Amino acid sequence: MWNDHELTKMVAGGVPFPMLSDSGGRVGTAYGVYDPDAGVEMRGRFIIDPDGIVQGYEVLTPPVGRNVAETIRQIQAYQHVRASKGTEATPSGWRPGKLTLKPGPDLVGRVWEVWKPSMERE
Amino acid sequence: MAEEVKVGCARPTGGPVGQPQGKGPEENAPAQAKEVKPMIQVGKPAPDFVSPAYHQGKFTQVKLSDHLGKWVVLCFYPGDFTFV
Repeated sequence: MWNDHELTKMVAGGVPFPMLSDSGGRVGTAYGVYDPDAGVEMRGRFIIDPDGIVQGYEVLTPPVGRNVAETIRQIQAYQHVRASKGTEATPSGWRPGKLTLKPGPDLVGRVWEVWKPSMERE
Repeated sequence: MAEEVKVGCARPTGGPVGQPQGKGPEENAPAQAKEVKPMIQVGKPAPDFVSPAYHQGKFTQVKLSDHLGKWVVLCFYPGDFTFV
């Protein structure tokens, strides 16, 4: 009903992914986002990799919305790290095409030589 | 993948996969001994679950472990029409 009445007016064709119901809050409880006092779930967002491992999550109380662009950025970073078989790491604010770091003995204490905080905003 | 479910007024609810069913916390007396479950941990397996779903005009069942091999974003929200 929400999809028909409102969401289709935001997204052409309606929500493209399955919308699940968790009326008893049991799935939310398993994920630590269900508030039994209020009887609702918090705004939780979990990134789960192809092996079923939780790589990241964010949980907000109801009045503040999430940031889809940040979720996509994190997935892109995890996909890059996974494709490198863990040989690369992405500095803060990393986006596809930007510099990655190759952690190893040579890099210890020398990140400042290759990466500057200003690069996060470039 | 997700199987379509017959439309009806009484659809079964979902829940975590592999957990005992039908036991409320009251039955697991005494109350003080209530097990405190740790919050989800990054780097650890996501709890599997099955849940009724609505997808492109149909009711289906979604099971998390059916999506192994793909990246999954799982979002919770307080309720429909909750503004943000």
